[in-house]
Amino acid sequence: MSPLLDVKDLVVDYPVKGFRKPPFRALRGVSLDVQPGECVGLVGESGSGKTTLGRAVLGLAPVTSGSITFQDREIGRLGRAERRALASDLQVVFQDPYTSLNPSLTIEQILAEPLIVRKVGKQQARERVRELLDAVHLPSDAGRRLPREFSGGQRQRVAIARALALDPRLIVCDEPVSALDLSTQARVLDLVKEIQARTGVAYLFVSHDLDVVRHLSHRVAVMYRGEIVEWGASADVTVRPQHPYTQRLFLAAPVADPVKQEQRRAERRRLEALDKMEVSA
Amino acid sequence: MTTLWRRLLRNPTGIGSLIFLVVVVLSAVFAPLLAPHDPNTANAYDTLSGPSGKYWLGNDSSGHDVLSRLLFATRLSVVLTAETLVIAAVLGIVLGLLAGYYGKFFEAVGTAATSLLQALPAIVVLLAAKSVLGPSDFAAMAVFGVLIAPAFYRVVYSAVSAVRGELYVDAARVSGLSDPRIIGRHVLTVVRAPAIVLAANIAGISVAISAGLDFLGLGDPSRPSWGGMLNDGFTNIFTAPLLVLWPSLAIGLTCIAFALLGNALRDGLERADAPKRRRRHPPAAVGTPVVQAVPDDDALLSVQHLSVGYDNPDGTVKTVVEGAALTVRRGEVHGLIGESGSGKTQTAFSILRLLPSGGRIVGGSITFEGRDLAGLSAKEMTAVRGKKIAYVPQEPMSNLDPSFTVGSQLVEPMRIHLGLSRADAKAKALGLLARVGIPNPERTFGAYPHELSGGMAQRVLIAGAVSCDPELLIADEPTTALDVTVQAEVLDLLRDLQRERQMGVLLVTHNFGVVADLCDRVSVMRAGRIVETGPVRSIFADPRHEYTQSLFAAVLSHNEGEGAVA
Repeated sequence: MSPLLDVKDLVVDYPVKGFRKPPFRALRGVSLDVQPGECVGLVGESGSGKTTLGRAVLGLAPVTSGSITFQDREIGRLGRAERRALASDLQVVFQDPYTSLNPSLTIEQILAEPLIVRKVGKQQARERVRELLDAVHLPSDAGRRLPREFSGGQRQRVAIARALALDPRLIVCDEPVSALDLSTQARVLDLVKEIQARTGVAYLFVSHDLDVVRHLSHRVAVMYRGEIVEWGASADVTVRPQHPYTQRLFLAAPVADPVKQEQRRAERRRLEALDKMEVSA
Repeated sequence: MTTLWRRLLRNPTGIGSLIFLVVVVLSAVFAPLLAPHDPNTANAYDTLSGPSGKYWLGNDSSGHDVLSRLLFATRLSVVLTAETLVIAAVLGIVLGLLAGYYGKFFEAVGTAATSLLQALPAIVVLLAAKSVLGPSDFAAMAVFGVLIAPAFYRVVYSAVSAVRGELYVDAARVSGLSDPRIIGRHVLTVVRAPAIVLAANIAGISVAISAGLDFLGLGDPSRPSWGGMLNDGFTNIFTAPLLVLWPSLAIGLTCIAFALLGNALRDGLERADAPKRRRRHPPAAVGTPVVQAVPDDDALLSVQHLSVGYDNPDGTVKTVVEGAALTVRRGEVHGLIGESGSGKTQTAFSILRLLPSGGRIVGGSITFEGRDLAGLSAKEMTAVRGKKIAYVPQEPMSNLDPSFTVGSQLVEPMRIHLGLSRADAKAKALGLLARVGIPNPERTFGAYPHELSGGMAQRVLIAGAVSCDPELLIADEPTTALDVTVQAEVLDLLRDLQRERQMGVLLVTHNFGVVADLCDRVSVMRAGRIVETGPVRSIFADPRHEYTQSLFAAVLSHNEGEGAVA
């Protein structure tokens, strides 16, 4: 089956301020693919380039070289008008629930925004908004209210509803639960899973949290400094990592069990000592 | 928009100035109907005569009726002001929108053009323009419009570039909206209000400028103008002093009205609801404790029945922490876990007596080494803070002063609390920087905060916290803002330091993994109350309270199996 999204040797450079300074290479030849209906997790710390990869797929970051193929079509260097046409198949959920919704628009206006472009009639748009609010388990009178009347978790649900408005094939989720509380996180992740089961949409799920990614993804890519260092099935990468960086990442995240955490800490220290010996050797 | 309008109408200066300006505009529009005489008819017998029954405001030096001239002059002023405003607004707003939204080329052009225009002295340019273009007021005010367009440009540019980076604009682009649509829907709303306020101010300025040019005698003498009338009155000030009064009032009151309108609009924008006058409370005042503190002799810190509240504008108190009780023993790490809004940070701040303004301890006691911190004066508390109780914050970068080097910020508390000399303090600081794992202490000592990474800045703050050898360390989510690998190292550091110095630690966090890693005891907070407290091992093995259980159920790492690292 041909992949829904196929990224090959993607390189992204950001210009650096200053006279004749070399550009900053955010992505150094990254390759991965997303099959229809699959969830691919993208894990990394700050500076790894995971957000840049998501933005490049969405057309929000400049592509220096390499290719991004979506539904058998090259989208890496599309013009603005052609990019707009993709909106019905490729959508996004951003990290910050507090700034990804325009504070002066009502929920209904926010959810109807993607529909405006498709020239959907007013009555139809209102129906669709009601369907979407239902799909994300928000009350139907939420449409008349402003974003500031909702909590972070609820706003994130609105962001998810907006992404679903046009029935996309792929949704890029850029750390959608990082800014949320523990119990809200769990609920929003359950919603994300439920939507995938119901609609068969694929996700490119970017996160810094291995646990979140393990919970949700079929395959996982681990990024470090603009490169993918490990790429494989979720159960392998997140539970039995091979690459030393993934192992460090895995051991560094504290686990909520004092006994296990002590073992993990000892393991991590042993690994660090080994690394130090190798470096000095 | 409608709320701004409503707020404006409620403001007395707003509605007063608005009414005045409406009267001015109406009198300009209806001047031919209102003026009792023809403004250009010269009555030779009545020159410079004072107010009379026939000529209500008197006559000027050519015998014209002052009142009629004033009304027609108002017309000219209104038209000229409108002309300036329209030209300045159209130029400034369009260029500001393009520059702010698209950046690059438009931004470069816009910045260069506006900087150039603003560098020119306006009056000199206008005088030069007059000499080239002739006495026409319209041409001169058009030039002035161009000269003052940069004011609009800057306001619009900063508003738009602030919005351009917002995620909801990115989301609109991904949703497939075209640029004009995005600008109309998301960007213009931000620009409207500041542009309107600016327009009011600029209108006032342009009235003054055009009157000034006419006063200097550079205006069209065939048309009545306020400045021209003022000039005429000024020339004849000893013969007919009242002549100066009428145009002065016209110019002065109109400028004042525009300025007041601009102020009222700005107030309306800033939602300045004046808080009701309240009796000033002494800082961190304490109500009588609900129960007398029973100090546990072993305990370093004993919080009993602590309640913290904030004053509402209407005088009631909003309680954010209620009846909290916890104990931290010497050498013990006590975790305080809860979700956002649970009150855990408020509890930590109230122990440090660092609550934001409006917050105070409304009940309970905080016993530290036998003393009740809640009852200490501000001066006594300053001696305790930093020396006996130290604090590690969540955001390292916002807690370092960007204008001073790292070294000077480390040295200062040591010199104050420990009385060390500068050389001794520096030596101790370098030792601490090495201890917290900074690879090059000398270089970091002389560096500025923006040159450090988040992890390094947090290490610096930890060094600062332990520099005065405190007994108790309060850490407020010290690793939340850090990457997970850096987090692990910082937690290691905290553990080692704590063991070495036998400090008591109160660790505020929302992460159960951190509690499992570092803490001996844990208290779970929810909605301002502590719902469960106890040793970490027993609480994690068998949580009793349903809220704690629900939190554990939400923790993801529990649900999947764990394999050993290869």
